[in-house]
Amino acid sequence: AATIVALPAGAATFEEAVMSVTGGKEAAEGGDLVLTAPEIAENGNTVPVAIDAPGAVAVTFLAIGNPNPAVATFKFGPLAGSREASTRIRLATTQDVVAVAEMEDGSFQTAKQTVKVTIGGCGG
Amino acid sequence: MAKGVKPRVKVPKSASAGDSITIKTLISHKMESGQRKDSDGKIIPRSIINRFTCDFNGENVIDVTIEPAVSTNPYFQFDAKVPEAGEFKFTWYDDDGSVYEDTKAITVE
Repeated sequence: AATIVALPAGAATFEEAVMSVTGGKEAAEGGDLVLTAPEIAENGNTVPVAIDAPGAVAVTFLAIGNPNPAVATFKFGPLAGSREASTRIRLATTQDVVAVAEMEDGSFQTAKQTVKVTIGGCGG
Repeated sequence: MAKGVKPRVKVPKSASAGDSITIKTLISHKMESGQRKDSDGKIIPRSIINRFTCDFNGENVIDVTIEPAVSTNPYFQFDAKVPEAGEFKFTWYDDDGSVYEDTKAITVE
């Protein structure tokens, strides 16, 4: 799986989704990467998520249980003051939220957090 | 252009040279995901902001690629280095080709 392929809708596994970001490279779990997401989100339409990824050049958020797992990619520029960022995302159902960080040396790290969703956020 | 799009940005008025500051941005936008159906069962076409960038005096701070899974009224918080006085430029790119911009000046103490 060395090529980037379009992910099958709603059928992506954790590995497939991560590989689509890394271009087939292995990603180490853990490291310094910290993903912050709530354990329980009452409203899947707006779930706050944050990352702290020291040494990362880019971080991608994935929501494995969404119709399309890609959420957003943050690329840090020369004037980024830290490797922290936060946003609000939609989650269709209870699932793992994953962050994949591309490090300065070209390696990848991942972190994941399960979020319980009471009301889904994809209008289905 | 999508209706009622209004960017809002929070940047401190001043900072010490070389300091890192926190920036919060929000833009009102419905972020139609392309997954929802209308009352007739037809899919409502996707209409989102697909990219957000922040630059300071022409140098990049952050560049975000946005998918439909980002919530209505996309919110971003991040940190920026302020090497000298100048101007932050914020740009949002809409699926329909519209570009929304905002700028904020900052002074150095």
